[in-house]
Amino acid sequence: MQINMTVNGNEVTSNIEPRVLLVHYIREVLGLTGTHWGCDTSNCGTCVVLMDGQPVKSCTVLAAMAAGHDIRTVEGLASGATLDPVQQGFMEEHGLQCGFCTPGMMLTARALLDKNPHPDTTEIRKAISGQICRCTGYATIVRSVQWAAAHPAGANTDATVDEVIDGTDTAVEDIAAETQDAEVKS
Amino acid sequence: MQIPAPFDYVRATSVENALELLSRHGAESRVIAGGHSLLPMMKLRLSRPEWLIDINDLYELDFILRDGDKLRVGALTRHTTLLESDEIAALFPIVRDAEAVIADPVVRNRGTIGGSLCQADPAEDLSTVCDVLGAEAVIRGPAGERILAMADFHRGPYETAVGQDELLCELRFPIRPRSGSAYEKVERRVGDWAVGAAGASVTLAEDGTIADAAVGLTALGLDHTVAEAGGLLRGQQPREELFVEAGRLAAAACDPVADQRGPIDYKRHLADELTRRVLRQACARAARTQEG
Repeated sequence: MQINMTVNGNEVTSNIEPRVLLVHYIREVLGLTGTHWGCDTSNCGTCVVLMDGQPVKSCTVLAAMAAGHDIRTVEGLASGATLDPVQQGFMEEHGLQCGFCTPGMMLTARALLDKNPHPDTTEIRKAISGQICRCTGYATIVRSVQWAAAHPAGANTDATVDEVIDGTDTAVEDIAAETQDAEVKS
Repeated sequence: MQIPAPFDYVRATSVENALELLSRHGAESRVIAGGHSLLPMMKLRLSRPEWLIDINDLYELDFILRDGDKLRVGALTRHTTLLESDEIAALFPIVRDAEAVIADPVVRNRGTIGGSLCQADPAEDLSTVCDVLGAEAVIRGPAGERILAMADFHRGPYETAVGQDELLCELRFPIRPRSGSAYEKVERRVGDWAVGAAGASVTLAEDGTIADAAVGLTALGLDHTVAEAGGLLRGQQPREELFVEAGRLAAAACDPVADQRGPIDYKRHLADELTRRVLRQACARAARTQEG
């Protein structure tokens, strides 16, 4: 069957079998391999893309069902050479280790910030609760999203993540305290 | 790699068109909405429909509408919409309680109330919610529309009264004054199936006694409400001893199976404890509407 959709702002048209899943269509037909293919059972969330601005697990959406819709993948986050603030946040706050969950995490973060520009840590944790980081780097992922919230225009703004973390985030405070302790001891 | 067996795909353009497609393609056609139950089953080849009829364009089935003493909810309403609706949270707080723990936020963007009810998984939360709220299911088919109480809608695990050539279109929830409701689930982690869950709805009389009450359990081997609990609670002043007794009745009425989520004794304990908690919460919420 023939399908048309918008992917990262580009109109695409393809002839596919109806049973092709959106994740495989994106990766194999369009060649956009930034969308990762993980558990295949809508548990891990590494295949998350935005469909009309909402995060969806593309292993559990047929490409045919996405026809006529607006799809955004991790390749569509940056504008030219300028990274999205979420991408910058993941760099600044070390939001990735192996990087496998990162595309899905960043897209969910983008959708969260579009809806709620100033999420607290609980809201961030809830937003990514359907996605798994097997390096268990959740604390840095949360901080990366906070960095993006504090820098809506990217690295050129003056706000720092420390200003955004207003003392309610005990986890971050604990880490800061531990770091200070370590410095004193050394 | 999990790929469904081959099938033909068609998008319905209206409810009438969906019904026509179901009639035309017959027994091997299935309706797909959010797809988060059907597609995993198709990927495992547990389900092999020859035709998929996509109803995601039927925006006429995506609504939340107050109509006199009923709240009408379209079958294609997404979990996220239900979770975020302040109107639903005010009238039926049990819906927000349950929606907050259904799957995960990304899955909730796709899954629908109609899909959840029609999938009829024993660990599915909204069946219990609809049971205790006394909802009605509006089903359309070639012969027209019929309205069923939830007791008649359920036919056991993975089975409902919706015929092969029919479509669940709407749920109707009765709005009663002085009412409160609550849901609580125990799950091992976000997105996992429930170990067990309980839901309750309570309506108070003007003198503060319980005029009507229903308790339901999820994933605990009981596919209808705990009838004994309703009888026990009616006419009584809400109080802790009553909730304890209702919990005992729920634990006795349920019939859980042992699996990797827990042994039978633990699941019975959950039926007991969760019933107490949701009744306590539902009564407190009902009392607050009375004060307001």
